[in-house]
Amino acid sequence: MNQPARPPFVAALADAPLPASGIAWLDQARRENLDAFVAAGLPDTRVEAWKYTALRALAQRSFVAGDGQAAGRPVDRAALALPGVDGPTLVFVNGAFRADLSALDALPEGVSLLPLSRALTEDPETLRFALSRHYREPGDAFARINGAFAADGAVLRVADRARIATPLRLVFVGAAADHDLAWHVRNLVEVGEGAEITLVEQHLDAGGQAHLGTQLAELTLRADAVLHHVVLQQAGASSLVRRSHYRLDTRTRAHLHVLELGGALARHDLWAELVGDAAAFHTHGAFLPDGRQHVDTQLAIHHRARDTVSSSTWRGVASGRGRGVFRGAIVVNAGADGADASLNNKNLLLSPQAEIDTKPELEIYADEVKAAHGATVGQLDERALFYLRSRGIPGAQARTLLTSAFARAPFESLPHQALREHIDQLLLSRLPA
Amino acid sequence: MLKIDNLHARVEGKDILKGLSLEVKPGEVHAIMGPNGAGKSTLGNVLSGREGYEVTEGSVLFEGRNLFELEPEERAAAGVFLAFQYPVEIPGVNNTYFLRAAFNAQRRARGEAELDSMQFLKLVREKLKIMQLSPDLLNRAVNEGFSGGEKKRNEIFQMALLEPKLAILDETDSGLDIDALKQVAEGVKALRSPERSFIVVTHYQRLLDYIVPDFVHVLAGGRIVESGDRSLALKLEEHGYAWVAEHGEPAGASA
Repeated sequence: MNQPARPPFVAALADAPLPASGIAWLDQARRENLDAFVAAGLPDTRVEAWKYTALRALAQRSFVAGDGQAAGRPVDRAALALPGVDGPTLVFVNGAFRADLSALDALPEGVSLLPLSRALTEDPETLRFALSRHYREPGDAFARINGAFAADGAVLRVADRARIATPLRLVFVGAAADHDLAWHVRNLVEVGEGAEITLVEQHLDAGGQAHLGTQLAELTLRADAVLHHVVLQQAGASSLVRRSHYRLDTRTRAHLHVLELGGALARHDLWAELVGDAAAFHTHGAFLPDGRQHVDTQLAIHHRARDTVSSSTWRGVASGRGRGVFRGAIVVNAGADGADASLNNKNLLLSPQAEIDTKPELEIYADEVKAAHGATVGQLDERALFYLRSRGIPGAQARTLLTSAFARAPFESLPHQALREHIDQLLLSRLPA
Repeated sequence: MLKIDNLHARVEGKDILKGLSLEVKPGEVHAIMGPNGAGKSTLGNVLSGREGYEVTEGSVLFEGRNLFELEPEERAAAGVFLAFQYPVEIPGVNNTYFLRAAFNAQRRARGEAELDSMQFLKLVREKLKIMQLSPDLLNRAVNEGFSGGEKKRNEIFQMALLEPKLAILDETDSGLDIDALKQVAEGVKALRSPERSFIVVTHYQRLLDYIVPDFVHVLAGGRIVESGDRSLALKLEEHGYAWVAEHGEPAGASA
């Protein structure tokens, strides 16, 4: 160890013990991931993917790796409730599965849902491919950390042709601890041929503490599968770095609705590979950085097969000194003829200190492609504001009304009414009244 | 009810109103006519408190209160209503939600009890009948995708719901076909009462065939240059605004 100036963040993780699995290939993969992370450290803003998200402040912090007392952390069960969604639920506290808070007794037929920690003891070989992965890109620091330390998470497998109406729920809670913790979860989702599920993923904060969470998720849709994926990120003062990697086979459909409300630093890499003909990937999302929050969404959609479709509708609202970053990259590869891709990102700045950087990118290497993209940054419509006030609605309420209407637009396509109403409430209560 | 005295106002550094005076008593209907650019819309915007309009001289008293000390929402709660010439489309804000928010905000400001959603819906249904508006407009976003006629009728519907003391109709007749014009006029007639006053701003006199005014004023060059009864509107119709320029001596307040 002759590297002199290792930042505290890297040093703390370099010296942290890796989780012991007793599985030779896994221990080896973890060690290799950690070594790769320690060697390269955190990316700086010269790395394109991290251009607008500086990690200097994070690099100066040191986190305790994992929570040895996660099983006993008190978490208010009522705070985890989600109106209208009361089906099978996996709850993780500071990165560790909590059977006492979860509900797995009524799994629908065709659904296998279990914590990674258990899947690893029961049948590790089926996870070998996913968990042996190496991350080689300069921006992969957090994937490496996750690959080294993640010992829990959700493993969801849906059998062919199983059509499940009840939403399945994953809840990740940050709870108070003696130190700021770094915890890591790994999710693997596989939706079988012709199967259909709704997956609700929540990130909650129960202690107001500034933990760091990382999440690495792989979601695979076999032919003709349908996935509705709703993500509600309310991580509070924690920092949260996630990567969700979707792989869509022939004629699959994925509908994502993502609400980013929390996080001191919230970063979401949202990648999709449309590898089967006529696969369709639709994303809808809103991010609302306030205070000193920094919320960064990096969307990358690769059209790799014929007649694939993608659409992306994202709204950003920045207030206070909040900073939003949105990068939407669509790549239509050679051979993906007949692809149809659209991307739209509209943003509102509610204060002079707020900032949003948006960057739509389009690369097309195929023929007969339909593609459209656009991005705007603006302020509230003064005409609309005056119209509301002229009818008696006080200025502050009129602003909230217009802002929430702006932010909720991506969720109008959400079929689950209770969730839609819940999101409305979250938006209204979150915005300055 | 409303007393405008020697009102001067400017927009973007340009003087538009140059000494307008007008008194409106309870129950009266005043029509304000005039050529384009005379300052007709400026009057409505100044009275309702739109930003960007600078009052440089004069005063406006509404029920004895200085209107310029009130925010737009306070003017609304006090009973001033402007029917917009160009109603604004507000995507994502549900029409019913908007109406109830406005209705209850005004009641709250006046210290009155708010209506819950059931009570409010009942009231809305009653008022909808008056305007012959389709109930499905209520479930859409405010004015979004409404036809020109629907937008104007929606303005009058809001007026029926909010029951202002003073309603200013800013060229509500513009862009309406004759059927829509009649519907708007019927809505206004239904709301006429000894306590409620109207200022009807229009370029054409045809609306006044249906909403018969007590007084007609001609606004030109930022001032009222002629006042009279309904026959003045007919004269204007016959001779055009050029006639005012020739015969109209700048006149003071009316009524």
